[in-house]
Amino acid sequence: MATTRETDRIGSDHDAESDSGVLPALSRFRWLLGLVVPAGLVVVWHVLVATGVFAPHQLPEPLRVVGTLYAMGVSGELWGHISITLQRVFFGVLLGVSVGVVFGTVTGLYGLANDLLDPLLQSLKNIPSLAWVPLFLLWFGIGESAKVLLIALGAFFPVYLNLSTGIANVGDELIEVAEVYDLGRIESLRRVVFPAAVPSLLVGIRGGVGLAWMFVVAAELIAASQGIGFLMSDGRVLARPDIIVGSILLFAFFGNLSDLAVKGVERRVVDW
Amino acid sequence: MSSTGDHTLAVEGLTKRYGDTVALDGVDLTVEEGEFVAVVGPSGCGKSTLLRVLSGLEEHFEGRAAVDGVDVRDGGSDAVGMVFQEPRLLAWADVRENVAVGLPSGVDRGDAAARDRVDDLIETVGLDGFAGSRPSELSGGMAQRVSLARGLAYRPEVLLLDEPFSALDQLTKYEQQDNLLEVWAEQGTTIALVTHDVEEAAYLADRVVVLGGQPGTVETVVDVDAPRPRDRTDPELLAARDAITDALGL
Ligand SMILES: Nc1ncnc2c1ncn2[C@@H]1O[C@H](COP(=O)(O)OP(=O)(O)OP(=O)(O)O)[C@@H](O)[C@H]1O
Ligand SMILES: [Mg+2]
Repeated sequence: MATTRETDRIGSDHDAESDSGVLPALSRFRWLLGLVVPAGLVVVWHVLVATGVFAPHQLPEPLRVVGTLYAMGVSGELWGHISITLQRVFFGVLLGVSVGVVFGTVTGLYGLANDLLDPLLQSLKNIPSLAWVPLFLLWFGIGESAKVLLIALGAFFPVYLNLSTGIANVGDELIEVAEVYDLGRIESLRRVVFPAAVPSLLVGIRGGVGLAWMFVVAAELIAASQGIGFLMSDGRVLARPDIIVGSILLFAFFGNLSDLAVKGVERRVVDW
Repeated sequence: MSSTGDHTLAVEGLTKRYGDTVALDGVDLTVEEGEFVAVVGPSGCGKSTLLRVLSGLEEHFEGRAAVDGVDVRDGGSDAVGMVFQEPRLLAWADVRENVAVGLPSGVDRGDAAARDRVDDLIETVGLDGFAGSRPSELSGGMAQRVSLARGLAYRPEVLLLDEPFSALDQLTKYEQQDNLLEVWAEQGTTIALVTHDVEEAAYLADRVVVLGGQPGTVETVVDVDAPRPRDRTDPELLAARDAITDALGL
């Protein structure tokens, strides 16, 4: 322990030579502070269950949840659920983002298209995800397509909304530059309007991925025989709170992972 | 062709309103081919508005504004390039790409001659070494020079410049003024340049248009007869400066 601390100090002092001493080195570990409260909560959780405040059949001990997930991982049962859920989210996002890009571009560019479509899409956006499930089951059966389409629907709206306003609100200042230098319609879209709207698109995709996870839960809770959402409802049927909590943690993990991935892309693409 | 067909720029009775604000009120101005005209006047008197009208960015105005006899609203502004008062650079594009925005539409950005032209312009405005930088990495004066290089890349028949040197230090400003004069002499461009700097107006221009008041009207036009190439201390320039300063009411 002491040695690692020592080398850390030496290494970072070296980096931060021109900065103000040790503080920049500390600030590099600042994100660790975000783990303090969750870690505390896990401890409290453990104590509350261990001292009997919560009955184990309602809330399992943290270690029990980990053990359950581990056992399911070893037996191989877990991977099928995870991979089918990831697959649904992936294809749903792919479809929803693609359609969102098309609608967002068209309504962003053409006022008429916007006037025709935007009021409808704005109101559809407000329908809760669960409300779509029965209809989608009726239309598309309980197969994969119903779930992927439902997730696509969720991913669609943020992409559509952000891209549409992003394109429509590209500053007049830049549009005028394109006009004065006779870039022409195609070139000014390619070199000015679309690049200017990329940040909005990425904000939309981030929101879309977030909603995709909400919709996958809706789809899997109600009509699935596999997937993390199914695992969760199965946990309820079997009265296994460890499975339920484990599934929640899996959703949290993959939800965060996908958000970080999009954020990483965002940071690389929008680097100005 | 109308009576204004003989002039490169012809403005007659130009009145431009923004809502209740009258930005320009009955402005008359003609500029001949290859002439260098400077426009001076107090802040808010409509200098930028005049350039916006000439570059075809304003749809609605009263009076006439024509380039080579063609109304700016009927494509007359195609021959006009403009360097805006603000840099207006593409934030995601580097300096090279930003300058290349000015290349005329017939020019292929990819070919070697076009790249050389862009690199030459970057060097001319004193930004060699920054070709790959983004606008966020540039100072205000550097951004202004990128915007100037973009305007020069366009090689328009008529070049409008809205305070293109306002953010530059004295030395850089002198360099860029002389560089502009070189381009002007080489390419026979017709130039209208807006400035707050009386010395600059006198040094650069054949004629200085003094706008006054709000709404803007033409106060007077000062001819600068000093021979070229000019010496900044030429007594004729000093006399012209005094005349402009008087007209501005300073
Ligand atoms: N888009 C606009 N909407 C409303 N009013 C405007 C607009 N543009 C300019 N004006 C008004 O027109 C008048 C002239 O503005 P303009 O920008 O032409 O001034 P200027 O002479 O270029 O001033 P400066 O030297 O400060 O750049 C000002 O009173 C301004 O408020
Ligand atoms: Mg102005």
